[in-house]
Amino acid sequence: MTTATEKRVTTQVYRVFIKAKPQAIWDAITRPEWAEKYGYACRVEYDLRPGGAYRSFANEPMKAHGMPDVIIVGEVIEADPPRKLVQTWHPLWDAQASAEPATRLTWEITEEPGGICRLTVTHDVSGAPSLVPMVAGEVPNAGGGWPFVLSDLKTLLETGKALGR
Amino acid sequence: MTDDDRVFKALADPTRRFLLDRLFVRDGRTLTELESDLAMTRFGVMKHLRVLEAAGLVVSRRSGREKRHFLNPVPIRLIHDRWIGKYRERHVSALAALKNQLEERT
Repeated sequence: MTTATEKRVTTQVYRVFIKAKPQAIWDAITRPEWAEKYGYACRVEYDLRPGGAYRSFANEPMKAHGMPDVIIVGEVIEADPPRKLVQTWHPLWDAQASAEPATRLTWEITEEPGGICRLTVTHDVSGAPSLVPMVAGEVPNAGGGWPFVLSDLKTLLETGKALGR
Repeated sequence: MTDDDRVFKALADPTRRFLLDRLFVRDGRTLTELESDLAMTRFGVMKHLRVLEAAGLVVSRRSGREKRHFLNPVPIRLIHDRWIGKYRERHVSALAALKNQLEERT
């Protein structure tokens, strides 16, 4: 069982190249009206200063599934718009995830030549084993984790339309 | 070469697929660790990692003195969303049409 014993990943790194301005990507991550349009389609609230609160709210289908109103909480550690955002990220969607410690999430936006930006998401999931397959998109019927969210974010910013809508 | 071309080219080589498999089992490996899994020179492994990085399938990160390699599944997801997702949709709508036809008959 090498896969079970070897797979003790504590950091996951995701990267996507998006044809958009850094500010557009920053807004899509941090502004409530944008976050509803892609990925899991949840409204977010960010108080973008160190110590500021972060909250992600369940959408209607999630609530119908019995999820709490606030499904992820966290705290802003560093906000350097539109380049870098470091935050804690603590899901409350089930008892197991709630019981695990908060994880650390870093968003980095780097401008590349040709009107393209590189968005790198680093998720340190130390101490939160239930999140490892979840955010990697390996749990059936639980969305597609970060690969899905970032693919959808790219599609939305480049075409004006998200995948499932 | 488009982004998709780079991904398919990177995946077209068994050694590079092997490296991705190793990272899938455990992410964040160093070149030394990856090298020890292969009967190949350090330079050869580096060359394959460079192709994987250019395709976006591997992202390397410095942590202290070490350079760690992470599997980035996003390019594969993009191909899935753009191509496979499209076919699946057709598949699903074909099934839905069949269901409608069958139900109309009864």
